[in-house]
Amino acid sequence: MADEATRRAVSQIPLLKTHAGPRDRALWPQRLKEEYQALIHFVEQNKAADNDWFRLESNADGTRWTGTCWFIHELLRYEFRLEFDVPVTYPDTAPEVAVPELDGKTAKMYRGGKICLTEHFAPLWARNAPRFGLAHLMALGLGPWLAVEVPDLISKGHVIHKEQQREAAAE
Amino acid sequence: MATVEELKLRVRELENELIKCKQKQSAAEDAQSQELHRPKIDKMSAEVVDSNPYSRLMALKRMGIVDDYELLLFDYDKVELANMNRLFFQPHQAGLSKVEAAEHTLRNINPDVSFETHNYNITTMENFTHFMERISQGGLEDGKPVDLVLSCVDNFEARMAINTACNELGQIWMESGVSENAVSGHIQLIIPGETACFACAPPLVVAANIDEKTLKREGVCAASLPTTMGVVAGILVQNVLKYLLKFGTVSYYLGYNAMQDFFPTMAMKANPQCNDRYCRKQQEEYKKKEAERPKVEVVEVEEEVVHEDNEWGIELVSEVSDAELQAASGSVPDLPEGITVAYTIPAESPASGETVEETEQSLEELMAQMRKL
Ligand SMILES: [Zn+2]
Repeated sequence: MADEATRRAVSQIPLLKTHAGPRDRALWPQRLKEEYQALIHFVEQNKAADNDWFRLESNADGTRWTGTCWFIHELLRYEFRLEFDVPVTYPDTAPEVAVPELDGKTAKMYRGGKICLTEHFAPLWARNAPRFGLAHLMALGLGPWLAVEVPDLISKGHVIHKEQQREAAAE
Repeated sequence: MATVEELKLRVRELENELIKCKQKQSAAEDAQSQELHRPKIDKMSAEVVDSNPYSRLMALKRMGIVDDYELLLFDYDKVELANMNRLFFQPHQAGLSKVEAAEHTLRNINPDVSFETHNYNITTMENFTHFMERISQGGLEDGKPVDLVLSCVDNFEARMAINTACNELGQIWMESGVSENAVSGHIQLIIPGETACFACAPPLVVAANIDEKTLKREGVCAASLPTTMGVVAGILVQNVLKYLLKFGTVSYYLGYNAMQDFFPTMAMKANPQCNDRYCRKQQEEYKKKEAERPKVEVVEVEEEVVHEDNEWGIELVSEVSDAELQAASGSVPDLPEGITVAYTIPAESPASGETVEETEQSLEELMAQMRKL
């Protein structure tokens, strides 16, 4: 499963209470509030631990999320856009997080830039549904994926730091 | 020198132009081959002659294997064609949506089939509503539901979305899939309220007898073997024909282990504790219908085998092969040999810890706070 640091971080994210998906008109706004509360808590927790690494925001009805995530490698910051839709079956199934600009650069991705989570993720999510929310998805899904894939992509030259890229273009 | 952005734009323009060229070319080819294709047939002939494209099917009827063929022409509209056997597509179709390309190819094979394609992700709010509407209204006869929904998708979310739709609508469907290591697959018939739905148990897997520890997962998401897909697709379509044309025994669950060429079968009752409330509702309705049904003949009811260590609430209705059942005297396993679950879910959620607190803040305030972080 996830490493010790991830596990500790996850254990500090507040669990959600409302079992409702976007089709549940009455309860979804409440669930959405809980999602924001947990996300705010998680980001603040990351900041406090000097490990701030993503931002997310949603459309008004909370069904489409966009944001950025970044990864520090050898003192350089690599930033990526991220996006996902909340599926109608949420929170029983997790959303499929996509990092579109990395589409086609790694085998650990499905078409459309959807990241391929480890075999541990699905059981973990299923066992903890509906108490896990989007903050847990970030911590257990996207976080570990970036930690493995980004250094690999950099070493293979598939991801180049933006400033270096600019320098190369100027030449 | 042009910037990267400008070059990207130019590439996109050229790509679009290429797609248009390809489409034009294939349209021209179509027109050319039009003479090779027969026109649409309004009424099927029962004649067993070579000029009748359905003569072999009629022969099947005469042999007494098939006794009802009225439902042969069913429409495809709700089938997700993404990641169906890729051999099906042709190079010149690159750039077209898969549903569009599939319709194009299938129409050439059989002009008698009516098609309706939707190129969208069924799991999002907007599309799901439309998806449900087409299942319940998109039958050959307008306003009637489709006869059967086939699930040929490649991920859990999409299967759950189909499951949700079919449970709500009481729509019979068949699920199919190939494992991520591409060496096993399955098909499953789901009759809401009667047989186990996709949410009644953790995902079932056909054991391929590969030591998971030796399986190298790093570096790739999923393997793909068109032959495994082809076999599973063949089994699925065979089951569809048996179901629609009413011959033979329709399989409730049929697995395919490509490593050993082993085909485990079973049937599973719906789980009264299923997470999907529409599944539970359908079960209630099924029970009522069963109770109301006049008992014309005495049906021998087999004693239900409920296992004490039944962790997943799975109940076997019957072994598909009666011979197997008789041979297997003594304890019957919860799942037959060769079928297992991907994971188990404990009755109590293991997640413990703090939950989100009550808040006075409105959703808008929370959104604003998140943006300001
Ligand atoms: Zn169910």
